[in-house]
Amino acid sequence: MDKYITTPLTKDKAADLKAGDFVFITGTIYTARDAAHKRMAEALAGGSELPIEMKENIIYYMGPSPAREGRPIGSAGPTTASRMDKYAPDLLDLGLAGMIGKGKRSKAVTDAMVRNGAVYFAAIGGAGALLSKSITASEVIAYDDLGTEAIRKLTVKDFPVIVVIDGEGNNLYERQNAD
Amino acid sequence: MREIDVKVISDNLCEMCIEANHFLAPDMKEALAKAGETEENPLGKQILSQLEINLKIAGEDMIPICQDTGMAVVFIEIGQDVHLTGGNLEDAINEGVRRGYTDGYLRKSVVKDPIFRENTKDNTPAVIHYSIVPGDKVKITIAPKGFGSENMSRVFMLKPADGIEGVKDAILTAVKDAGPNACPPMVVGVGIGGTFEKCAILAKQALTRPVNVHSEIPYVKEMEEELMNRINSTDIGPAGLGGKITALGVNINTYPTHIAGLPVAVNICCHVNRHAVREI
Repeated sequence: MDKYITTPLTKDKAADLKAGDFVFITGTIYTARDAAHKRMAEALAGGSELPIEMKENIIYYMGPSPAREGRPIGSAGPTTASRMDKYAPDLLDLGLAGMIGKGKRSKAVTDAMVRNGAVYFAAIGGAGALLSKSITASEVIAYDDLGTEAIRKLTVKDFPVIVVIDGEGNNLYERQNAD
Repeated sequence: MREIDVKVISDNLCEMCIEANHFLAPDMKEALAKAGETEENPLGKQILSQLEINLKIAGEDMIPICQDTGMAVVFIEIGQDVHLTGGNLEDAINEGVRRGYTDGYLRKSVVKDPIFRENTKDNTPAVIHYSIVPGDKVKITIAPKGFGSENMSRVFMLKPADGIEGVKDAILTAVKDAGPNACPPMVVGVGIGGTFEKCAILAKQALTRPVNVHSEIPYVKEMEEELMNRINSTDIGPAGLGGKITALGVNINTYPTHIAGLPVAVNICCHVNRHAVREI
């Protein structure tokens, strides 16, 4: 089913999203991948503030290619989410409402999602040129020294994703490979 | 003895990095188009059509096909009648990669140390495989390799008693474990034989062979066809969301091996299986 949502992703909006839904996201999302997650985990361990608010926000696991002149961003498709599994449960418990990536998640992540009613979306892997067309602005807001791995605030318009794991733990990937 | 200035190699590599990251080779484009026609799962069909649109946008607007523009893997075959002049060949190769990734707005994805992980900011160094061949030409193949699929690649040190069925099982295991993580539809490069490192290089080389060209060894060709069918029966499908198109190709290379061993490497590549080839 096609659904259009605007950020922030409140509990009510998240509860309405079911595994298999096509969702078009408009508003603000944040990028973070391996190195940014490691730094955020270190910040939490050291009792520091995170550079972005987790509550009702969506993190896109993505590191873009550089933008050509006059464009907001370069190629911008999802990276493999499982590399963030080590860090995701703590962020979900802080209120992170959505994650966009590709590929499987661990049980610890799914448990934290169900506990908090959060949603895991997949964007199409390897479609970075197409996906960049739904991003209208991009600004580095933290960890600039990490280059492509910096945290970026993205403005998106009808950014296309599919709900793979919903807030009840239903998982679209789990219909195959039963053997 | 033919003289070739290493600067010519840098210049070619610079262009090849940009070309490979924006345009797929004809065999891959054709395989993707055919997959779109063959797929019956509506969601799978839709994803394949978006991948074709993605390719079109990449070429027209010069946006890399995938943001992971890879680590630059370079195979360079140097004719033994060539004399390379003008500097160090390895430096020249890395200079070409550096310029290609910088001038071409490609992502810098290489870190200097695997543990301390500081980005080198120019995507160097490349991973370079040299070989000396007869003749007076230099043949360069660049295969920028993304790590979503690279991370799902495997080496199996099988026993001779495991035989051909053991090899097939190993390949299917690697593909099933990769599932949605490797951005299917994928291309499966396989190396069988040699030593631990040789089979891995064979698998990487297999990915640079066009997907519409089978092995010349009859039993290997049969294996490629059989595995393609079995992989496409897993229902992993495009983006791992179901369907009959899980692989666009299975390429297998073999090499003699030791009496005690049967090494098998499975190098998985996503549908953005990039390779550019030039002969100088």
